Amino acid sequence: MTVRKMINVYLYTRYERFWHWLQMVLIFLLLVTGLEVHGLFTLFGFKAAVEIHNYVGLTWLIAFAFFVFWVFTTGEWKQYIPTTKKMFAVIRYYSYGIFRGETHPVPRRKDAKHNPLQRLTYLSLAALLLPVQMVSGLLYWGYNSWADWGLAGLSLGIVALVHIVGAFAIFAFIIVHVYMTTTGHTILAHTKAMITGWEEVDEAVEIEDWERAGQKA
Amino acid sequence: METRLEIGMKQFKWVRRVDLCLAISICLLFVLVSTANAKQAETGNVPGRTMARQATKEKQLWSTTDHSKHQALQATFTSGEEITKACLSCHSEADSQFRRTIHWTWLDTSSVESEKKLGKSGHSVNNFCISANNWQDKSCSSCHPGWKGNDGEINCLVCHSQRTINWNEAFEDYQVFAASDDPEDMELAKEIGKDILISAQSIGRPTRKNCGSCHFYGGGGDGVKHGDLDSSVTKPNKVLDVHMGVDGQNFQCTRCHTTRLHNIAGRIYSKPAAPDRRSLIQDDLTPKIMCESCHSSQPHTPGSKVNDHTDKVACQSCHIPTFARVNPTKMWWDWSKAGNTKNGKHYKKKGAFGKYDYLSYKGEFKWDKNVKPEYFWFNGSVHTLTVKDTIDPSNVVKVTSPVGSREDDNARIFPFKVHRGKMPYDKVHKTLLAPMLSGKDGYWTTYDWQRAFVKGMASFNLPFSGEYDYVETSYVFPTTHMVAPKDNVVDCSECHNRKQSRLINLAGFYMPGRDSFKLIDIAGWAVIIASLGGVILHALGRIFTNGKRKEG
Repeated sequence: MTVRKMINVYLYTRYERFWHWLQMVLIFLLLVTGLEVHGLFTLFGFKAAVEIHNYVGLTWLIAFAFFVFWVFTTGEWKQYIPTTKKMFAVIRYYSYGIFRGETHPVPRRKDAKHNPLQRLTYLSLAALLLPVQMVSGLLYWGYNSWADWGLAGLSLGIVALVHIVGAFAIFAFIIVHVYMTTTGHTILAHTKAMITGWEEVDEAVEIEDWERAGQKA
Repeated sequence: METRLEIGMKQFKWVRRVDLCLAISICLLFVLVSTANAKQAETGNVPGRTMARQATKEKQLWSTTDHSKHQALQATFTSGEEITKACLSCHSEADSQFRRTIHWTWLDTSSVESEKKLGKSGHSVNNFCISANNWQDKSCSSCHPGWKGNDGEINCLVCHSQRTINWNEAFEDYQVFAASDDPEDMELAKEIGKDILISAQSIGRPTRKNCGSCHFYGGGGDGVKHGDLDSSVTKPNKVLDVHMGVDGQNFQCTRCHTTRLHNIAGRIYSKPAAPDRRSLIQDDLTPKIMCESCHSSQPHTPGSKVNDHTDKVACQSCHIPTFARVNPTKMWWDWSKAGNTKNGKHYKKKGAFGKYDYLSYKGEFKWDKNVKPEYFWFNGSVHTLTVKDTIDPSNVVKVTSPVGSREDDNARIFPFKVHRGKMPYDKVHKTLLAPMLSGKDGYWTTYDWQRAFVKGMASFNLPFSGEYDYVETSYVFPTTHMVAPKDNVVDCSECHNRKQSRLINLAGFYMPGRDSFKLIDIAGWAVIIASLGGVILHALGRIFTNGKRKEG
């Protein structure tokens, strides 16, 4: 086995890390209280669960607006543009190569944080699943104002259904997401990167131009 | 010169510290927000309570008269009618006012012109003593506020005397002793006369005891009919009723049952207690009969979720967790068991709570205490069956049922005592039967159902085919008294509950915590389990293959 030369790369900015962990706390609280409201168990009590869920949900909504602002003003949105290039190489890596000790086909760099699979996942998460969850949650929260909002015809059952489907999807994402953090060159490498911002990567690897999310000024 | 790595490590330490601070402050923020919110709720100065306190601030009701000083009441009264005449000598309109009220007519005024008259004296039936048989069953009129049943003079004292005695007995005794020559008897007559006089002079607004002398004992005994009105409400504590509690507001009935021309606000058969739910702020002369009158329709802390409930859930649903909290109330009356004998004799048997659960002349009973209400949509009207209505004996017959639906803007989810039992019905005419119970032809005297039915139905000029059987029936009482203190309200989770929701029977809407989509839940958990299984297998795969590679 050849000894690879590792270098530290500053992958995640302070705001990005803050947003990630804030979102983690918020989603964790939402998931726990949401499942309690759904009648699965008793932890905080129904009333407290509803109140926490409402407060945290609204907090998330506001915080998400900052994230959207950040994504567009920093040009980070380019990291989320989907691509099929090397997509199958990544799928092949996680379903086969990883067991054979192969190196990742799309290594990370500051300007290429996400592999094609991550781009697709995070794009559908940030642009579809989370907004659907937020909009359905906001509607759920505003149930008594529907008539004032011109939504008198809406059914709480349908809103609840969408919200519950979204919750299950996010729950499933979290399971896979948390597991995937262990697939770095050490078990905690990716987690450490999300805490400190710095990740150790192989120095020798070259990044192709298409993988870069565009040069910043 | 520092290497890139060293610069990196320096930055790394500094950044870590900032991150830690951020993470801690976020957690603190959440704790603060949630506890601040809890504290606001605990102080208890919610708008609804403040408003109600202001509406009832003048606690000491006052009067400009002392009836013991009135000339008309300085007489020797030998009959009730004489007292009434004395009252009317000043209160000249009271008699004509009172005779027009439901307290006198026992009829729902809105149905007087109708062929089916609603009311105790009309065609309405209940699943207790069934019917007053058009005034002919005299045992029922013991609660009628006249000196002689439904005839003759009104009895002002039953509602207005603050010192109630058994007047009929007192007058009888007085007449016997006053007619005697024996000085001892004459002394007794003097004492009884004084007793009567003090009673007649102790006049005021009706108290809980006055109203309760009939309303606590409806159906033939304490707590038989209403689950939320029995003798325990005469002198309740705050825990039993937060409004009437003698250690609290000490409200009399008339505080909420406001009165105009002797018409006392409250629910009257098909007529709701109030047509709308206006507060005193919107209309300062509105009857105070609705909770909203004093508490407004948004009584809780502004922005709290409970305020969002008031358009669909009645205050009573959460604020009366159980009824019959001190004395038991009757929940079941089975007439089909009446007439049994033991050793050839009719008998009584006491059961739980020291109450009779069997009486040969009435049948079988069930009593209960601390009963959770049943909940229905209710717009204030109750649909009442009459002896003229045909029934379907293959189902439980709803003798009374709440009117209202979720679509009805005036309807709320409301708590009820549901009294069930078995009642006789005519197998040919398919109508409920109203037997005569008291008197020489009554069942309680003869134990002869045929005779009781013939006599009872004849009182309405209605036919009886001669064939009868028993059918299970239900009868509802809106539960509105025994309002518990705020700490004892029904918890959210008692309704928002998957397995044993209090509202389990109310369908047609999605309720968080109670309802779910089974297929979605199953599919959702299948995805979660598949994800967990997938990552576990993947992890095992990595552990296994990496180990193998090292060996190789």
